[in-house]
Amino acid sequence: MQALTNRSKVVVKKEMSLAEKLYLPAILNGLKITFSHFFAKKATISYPEETRAFAPVYRGMHVLKRDENGAERCTACGLCAVACPAEAITMVAAERKKGEEKLYREEKYAAVYEINMLRCIFCGLCEEACPKEAIFLTDRIVPSDYERDGFIYGKDKLVDPIDKPIDVSVRETAEVAAFKKDKEYAHNQTWKDQVNTRKSGH
Amino acid sequence: MAFSTFLIYKIILVLCVFTLALVVAMYSTYAERKVAAFLQDRLGPNRAGPFGILQPLADGLKMFMKEEIIPNVSNKWLFILGPSIAMLTACMTGVVIPWGPAYQGASGTFPLQITDVNIGILYLFGVVSIGVYGIMIGGWASNNKFALLGAIRASSQMISYEVAMGLSIIALIMTTGTLSVGEIVAQQSGWHWNIFYQPLGFLIFIICAFAETNRTPFDLPECESELVGGYHTEYSSMKLGFYLFAEYINMFISSAVMACLFFGGYNFPFIHIHAPLLASIVGFLIMMAKTCFFIFFFMWIRWTVPRFRYDQLMNLGWKILIPLSILNIFITGIVMWLQHKI
Ligand code: SF4
Ligand code: SF4
Repeated sequence: MQALTNRSKVVVKKEMSLAEKLYLPAILNGLKITFSHFFAKKATISYPEETRAFAPVYRGMHVLKRDENGAERCTACGLCAVACPAEAITMVAAERKKGEEKLYREEKYAAVYEINMLRCIFCGLCEEACPKEAIFLTDRIVPSDYERDGFIYGKDKLVDPIDKPIDVSVRETAEVAAFKKDKEYAHNQTWKDQVNTRKSGH
Repeated sequence: MAFSTFLIYKIILVLCVFTLALVVAMYSTYAERKVAAFLQDRLGPNRAGPFGILQPLADGLKMFMKEEIIPNVSNKWLFILGPSIAMLTACMTGVVIPWGPAYQGASGTFPLQITDVNIGILYLFGVVSIGVYGIMIGGWASNNKFALLGAIRASSQMISYEVAMGLSIIALIMTTGTLSVGEIVAQQSGWHWNIFYQPLGFLIFIICAFAETNRTPFDLPECESELVGGYHTEYSSMKLGFYLFAEYINMFISSAVMACLFFGGYNFPFIHIHAPLLASIVGFLIMMAKTCFFIFFFMWIRWTVPRFRYDQLMNLGWKILIPLSILNIFITGIVMWLQHKI
């Protein structure tokens, strides 16, 4: 039979030689092997101080982005909540008042926006569904907590901090933008588009 | 030396040796985890203090804070007596070990050995044998079949290996001609370490020491895969801590005994210091270095060799080690006869 690796050894059932019966050479050999590991490079990563690089497609804690002027992008359309297979997202919509244009980009905004991190399965479907480029999954980790309440993340934890925005450039690529604008996909079509395509006989 | 100075000196020495044993045992738990980790390419505990140096304190605190459970069906007094005996006998063995050369002060000689009884080795064996009672009583009083099985294993194993251990020492006593540990160490100055005269005796002794301290590959009394926890299955909190602690003290003491009997104790070739205080300190450090090496060796073996099966253990003890040690006595006798020492 062909050996898969060069490490395989043929096992023979034979009388043990004296050296083998003494066990001591085998034990010394074992000691040598374990000792050689004593100074070997350690496999441990001391986590909080040292981190491993995340995969580029890693999906961690969400962020609700602001636009370039610092206004929240989310318009409380609810598409993310509908898309969410775990039903983790809830929101309460409100109408933008006069003078709040700096705060909210659209006329309607989410007054309350909550994600239950215990329900969330980090599938990223909310990000895919969002028409306003408002929600993204980042490479941040949801920390553990002693209470269930602590896992319901409101806008205070989700919205992008004004002073240091979370970098989502890995996920907000040109291909994604193109995909979201492509009228071929039904989810990018408005009601008017759909009427037009029907009229033109497609 | 006046009697009062003598008394005070001895009390201080006893306290020092006691503290030493406890501290070394405490840090052995840390060292064990570190050694295990390093041999397995890990880092080991490194969070409590720099390099995890406070880990044993944290562990001790944890042990104290745990709930104290005494099973209803157990015999309460025996249940408490078990760990007490284990701990007591473990602490008593350090008495006859010379921790360093005597300090020749202006007001007399201060030996770094609590008492140099002329039957020191017999004392050691006697006290170590009482240690079995700690385990046996604990296992019996728990009223739990796993604990009882563990205790039976422990006692039969310790009794069997004591025979071989005693026989291996007889050859040593024949060559040294004394039972006093202090004198045996004093005889080994320079290169006259007993290991060169009694290699086989040392081999048997070290194997038996592993069995006596219930360390791998002879740790069947606490074989988790078969016995849940072994003789201390029912124990919790600091009573469990005492059992574990006693094991580490035993390991420390048997390392010290091996260093004394076979590796020259505080002697080291080429080191001759005449300043009395410095000589004592250096001698003590040499002794500790040897002891630490053996403690490391205990751990090194633990993370290398798997556990024996029980019949293999008994075969090794009765059918191999005992005949070998008798053979060793014969060879020693013949060689001594040829050299006209007897
Ligand atoms: S990542 Fe998936 S599960 Fe989590 S909130 Fe978004 S859609 Fe829901
Ligand atoms: S995050 Fe996006 S999909 Fe969700 S409500 Fe806001 S705009 Fe709509």
